[in-house]
Amino acid sequence: MSKEVRETRIVSRRVREFPDDSHTMSRVLADGGYEMWKEVLRRADTQWIHDEVKASGLRGRGGANFPTAIKWESLPDNGLPRHLVINADEGEPSTFKDRLLLEGDPHALVEGVCIEAFRIGSHRAFIYMRGEFALGADRVTQAIVEARANGFVGSNILGSGFDLEIVVHRGAGAYICGEESALIESLEGKRGMPRIKPPLPIHVGLYSQPTVVNNVETVCTITHILKMGGAEYAKLGVNRSTGTRLAAISGHVKKPGVYELEFGMTLREIIFGIAGGIRDDKQLKFFLPGGASFQWLTSSDEHLDQVYDIDDISAKLGTTLGSGAIMVYDEDTDPLLVAWRLAKFYAHESCGKCTPCREGSGWLEKILYRMSHGEGRPNDMDALLDISAGISPDVLKAPFTQTTICPLGPSPVSAVASLQKWFRPEVEAACGVGVLT
Amino acid sequence: MTATEVERDEEPKVTVSVTIDGTTVEAKPGELLIKVAQENGVYIPRFCWHERMKPVGMCRMCLVEVDGIRGLPPACTMPVADGMVCHTETPAVKQAQDDVLEFLLVNHPLDCPVCDRGGECPLQDTTLAFGPGESRFVEEKRHFEKPIPISDVVLLDRERCIQCARCTRFADEIAGDPLISFVDRGDRTQVLNHPDHPFASYFSGNVVQICPVGALTAKPYRFRARPWDLATVETSCSQCAMHCRGALQSSSNRMVRLLAVDSDAVNHGWLCDKGRYGFEYVHSDERVREPEVDGVAVSWPQALDVASEALRSARDLHGAESIAFLGGARGTNEDAYAWVRLAKGVLGTDNVDSQLGDGLPAELVLGVERASISDCDSAAAIVLLAPDLKEALPVLHLRVRRAAIELNVPLIDLSSVPHGLSRNVTHALAPKPGEQGKRAEQLVAALQGDAQNDNVDPVLRAAVEAISGRDGDIVVILGRANLAERADATIQAAAALAGLANVKFLSALRRGNVHGALEAGLAPGILPGRVTIEHRDAVEQVWGAVPETPGLDAEGILRAAVAGSVKTLVLLGADPVGDFPDRALALAAINAVGTVIAVDGFRNNSTARANVLLPATMFGEKSGTVTNLEGRIQRVNQKVSPDGTAMDDWRIAGEIAFRLGDDFDLESVDEVTDELVRVSPALRGGSSKLFGTARDGIRIPVYEHAHELVLRDGAKGVLEGDGVSWEPIKVQAEVSPQAEVSPQVDASADVPPTSLDVPVLLTWNRNAPNVQLPGADAYSVRLVSGAALYDHGNAVNASPSLAGLRAVPKLLVSAADLQRLGVTNGTEVHVASAKGAFNVAVHAVRGIAQGVAQLAMGDEHGANELIDAASLATDVRVETIR
Repeated sequence: MSKEVRETRIVSRRVREFPDDSHTMSRVLADGGYEMWKEVLRRADTQWIHDEVKASGLRGRGGANFPTAIKWESLPDNGLPRHLVINADEGEPSTFKDRLLLEGDPHALVEGVCIEAFRIGSHRAFIYMRGEFALGADRVTQAIVEARANGFVGSNILGSGFDLEIVVHRGAGAYICGEESALIESLEGKRGMPRIKPPLPIHVGLYSQPTVVNNVETVCTITHILKMGGAEYAKLGVNRSTGTRLAAISGHVKKPGVYELEFGMTLREIIFGIAGGIRDDKQLKFFLPGGASFQWLTSSDEHLDQVYDIDDISAKLGTTLGSGAIMVYDEDTDPLLVAWRLAKFYAHESCGKCTPCREGSGWLEKILYRMSHGEGRPNDMDALLDISAGISPDVLKAPFTQTTICPLGPSPVSAVASLQKWFRPEVEAACGVGVLT
Repeated sequence: MTATEVERDEEPKVTVSVTIDGTTVEAKPGELLIKVAQENGVYIPRFCWHERMKPVGMCRMCLVEVDGIRGLPPACTMPVADGMVCHTETPAVKQAQDDVLEFLLVNHPLDCPVCDRGGECPLQDTTLAFGPGESRFVEEKRHFEKPIPISDVVLLDRERCIQCARCTRFADEIAGDPLISFVDRGDRTQVLNHPDHPFASYFSGNVVQICPVGALTAKPYRFRARPWDLATVETSCSQCAMHCRGALQSSSNRMVRLLAVDSDAVNHGWLCDKGRYGFEYVHSDERVREPEVDGVAVSWPQALDVASEALRSARDLHGAESIAFLGGARGTNEDAYAWVRLAKGVLGTDNVDSQLGDGLPAELVLGVERASISDCDSAAAIVLLAPDLKEALPVLHLRVRRAAIELNVPLIDLSSVPHGLSRNVTHALAPKPGEQGKRAEQLVAALQGDAQNDNVDPVLRAAVEAISGRDGDIVVILGRANLAERADATIQAAAALAGLANVKFLSALRRGNVHGALEAGLAPGILPGRVTIEHRDAVEQVWGAVPETPGLDAEGILRAAVAGSVKTLVLLGADPVGDFPDRALALAAINAVGTVIAVDGFRNNSTARANVLLPATMFGEKSGTVTNLEGRIQRVNQKVSPDGTAMDDWRIAGEIAFRLGDDFDLESVDEVTDELVRVSPALRGGSSKLFGTARDGIRIPVYEHAHELVLRDGAKGVLEGDGVSWEPIKVQAEVSPQAEVSPQVDASADVPPTSLDVPVLLTWNRNAPNVQLPGADAYSVRLVSGAALYDHGNAVNASPSLAGLRAVPKLLVSAADLQRLGVTNGTEVHVASAKGAFNVAVHAVRGIAQGVAQLAMGDEHGANELIDAASLATDVRVETIR
């Protein structure tokens, strides 16, 4: 490590600085919380918010990286009520970065929600919380109660005439409800299944009304952008990947955890600098740079020297930064077992709506189970690729195409593609290719 | 100007150009690609997409390539846009089709040899046409318990299910009974009913028909036949007056299945379960198979001789008025016509009624401006002045529900009690029982400008606001909402509503072919072809003589029987003891009358008393035409040979007439149809040939609806000249204006011309009583009653699949009244009126007013034991049992 690598704490500053009471109203007020919300109400200038966020280059932190301000611009002006929905259904294996904010800094979320709701003219915001986040749900609910007591939410907020109610809705444990249209279905009381798009939620969303769906981290970032100024924020990061993002690093590293990283570091700096390298001083074998749904990378220099940049990594290596999770595996790891475990998750969480995902994920799981448990057959790897092509026709390419309604379908395909790309000989050996039996 | 031309003027032709596999076609913008392709001869395979339901894009079988769109979008969710270029046969599409089918078969059990769907299975057919040759699946398939019942009739095999959601969407979107849905996830996703709540829907059979695999099967057809052994005819279901199109299938001379056929005009491809499974009664062991005289089986000639002699002597001894005919609403138009000719032309009695006191005067039903079923879709508003459509006319219920939900037609309700459409009603005028006339008058006054008045009830004002600014007519669905009161208040309401400028009426009389019977003259004072007996010239030319004064209706006949002036009663498939709202009166009449001649397929409370019982053919055993509630004439077709020695009604009537010295000279059912057309002004332009060739039938008056004609091959037809020499002519856009089909005599016709001038059809004079209800005493509740779908008739009783579905009689009251009684839900209470008394379970329901009680008609402990036909309303005492 030539230069020192360190976090750039913006959204995670308060929770890191005051780990004991960052979630309490007294600490938040003492720390300058809700000042920006008051400022927004005082200025009463939605264009200002818009311009700053646009200048900041903020892109959605849920994994799709869509520019937040552009999303706002797509809101139709059709006289229908607008809704703000916060996607706090963080349910992907290894992804736990929003949890830090939900549990550690719920007031930052509430303030961000207020500001964004004001920007889009929504009077009802919904926080769709992963059901398992019991502490997060308690903390956010408590934060809303306290914010109401302080006049920050409710009707005629701080005498501005602006009304806002925030509803916390806890999910029931389905991963698919993190997909925005399935989330909306679930919020409406229906079975969580993705909708056919178009129309997009921004046009026809919750209760068939225009709806902005944002990730927790995205919303929390807005407050800081207004504080810093959009142009200042945009100076952080690299290229079109401006600012910082929370990364949840897990696996065989010495210091797993959530880190706020400025875009532009290399993956080597992140794994070996920030996360302290591989535990027990073993060798890195491979890692998942963008959560469970995207293609894996290996310990090659090409991969480790890749810059943490949303567009660059997809252009060069065919994978993405996804949900902000980095999973690291050491030399002792059986990639087949990892692929099977991921496929099992997706087979279990497939909502069952469309055929390729419903049947394909289960089929992949069954084959991978056999392969990873000593019952592989010589043509299994080819079968995996063929089946994967039925879900995602350009298996090895990214961004992937899909025959499914939502991106859950192709998610397990990433694991198959990774096996093919990096571990085919190892997999074939495990499946008895070239071995006399 | 015809309706089509009007449309063309108002909606300029706007289409988009879409290129499908290299061929450019025109399509309506927004139409789904899969449908546009299909209409232009390109079949894109699909499982989940169904034309009558919203697309979901689930099965992914219809993936196509569209230039400019990344990946493979499903054609079923892709609206066409101008310039769209689509490919359905590229290697990528073929690969996707292969893949999707391989996926679908991964967990499908492939038990085709023992599956009822085998041979007519969309999954089989699509796999053969579009799928891979073999599977690479070597893992264990998913397992579920083999068929589990999800209702009394429907079974579900979850292993065969391909999760297309057709059934769940039908239950929710179309039927409004969201009792089945998906549970679990991934490849364990399965359809299930909710625990302890069976899929008890009147429409459950439709999910079996639209299931693209053999996952859903119905008990009546399960393991009965293989599709390739079935013989099929297209016919019309005649269980109620809707007349849904159906394909009737038989195996070894037994009817085994009735499938819905999609008719845009009528049923949109749906059937109710009573229609779908109700044919079973035809093969019941209870059928009367031989003619009987005084309970002893005799030969047909003997029975006919006895019947004819009884009628002759009655006429000669006591005059023709001593003979009365009840019923005839269950046969064909031809049957009805033959009976009318026998009664009115041969015997000379006008005491004829096809309704049993549960309908409306024929002058009203036939003489108002008639709406079509499709008019509901584009109505300014629909006014419900009718019984619970879900119980009476289930598929009309679906059409009205769709109009309200999908097409946002305001639904204005004049019902006094909750019903199947209550949730969809936009403006509930909530009259008290018997006050719908007054309430309708208030609505009409509000519509005619009184709405500005501050005193106007806000509900009325809201209704007026909803209607104003909407095009289309106000469609009044007109029937008897309450059999526990006389028809007076309904007539009063109809008279008020008929005064509106843009109003049309859709009859909600429920009996099978009651409209055909009325059109044929099976009602007092009415002759065939929508005319009264004052216009008897045409008929007289053929018949010789016609009664000159109107006779008695059903109630009058029964009273005259009790009084002794009606001595001979002919029952045409009618059971007045079971069906007349005042059972005591019907029973007294049956017992008092001297001779009963019954033409029926079953013994019932009334035919048990018959001196002569003549077995008649039933549904599926005979051909002819029927007329539905919108006046649409359609064909019914014979599929099996009659059970025993049963004869068609029209033949029985002809045999009797012959024995009375009048030879009808009608040798085939088509000859009867053509004679009916010849004497019927309203049928001018029709013919047996036309009725047999028009795909969706044709509405009465025939000559006014020529422009709606669609032939069996889908081409449009026109009437030529007066239509008697009708020939199918393929036309693309041209529609013959109405003027061209004005009646003219064509000498070259195969049917002899008539000498009639422009027909003068019946118009209702809007004479209406001003109902002044007696006040209910404080200790009574006012009764509202109607027939349940699964009633006590033979079609239900003698159909094994339906017999168990009949509901136990229940007295429904408001929560306040239940509290006042001091009892809990389900407790037996004692109900009593001047006519009768019995014990029945009481239940509180939401939406019913205090002081009102609801009880269905029934065989035992039905409202008909309490109703007095003479009183304007039925008040009953409800007491707890000590």
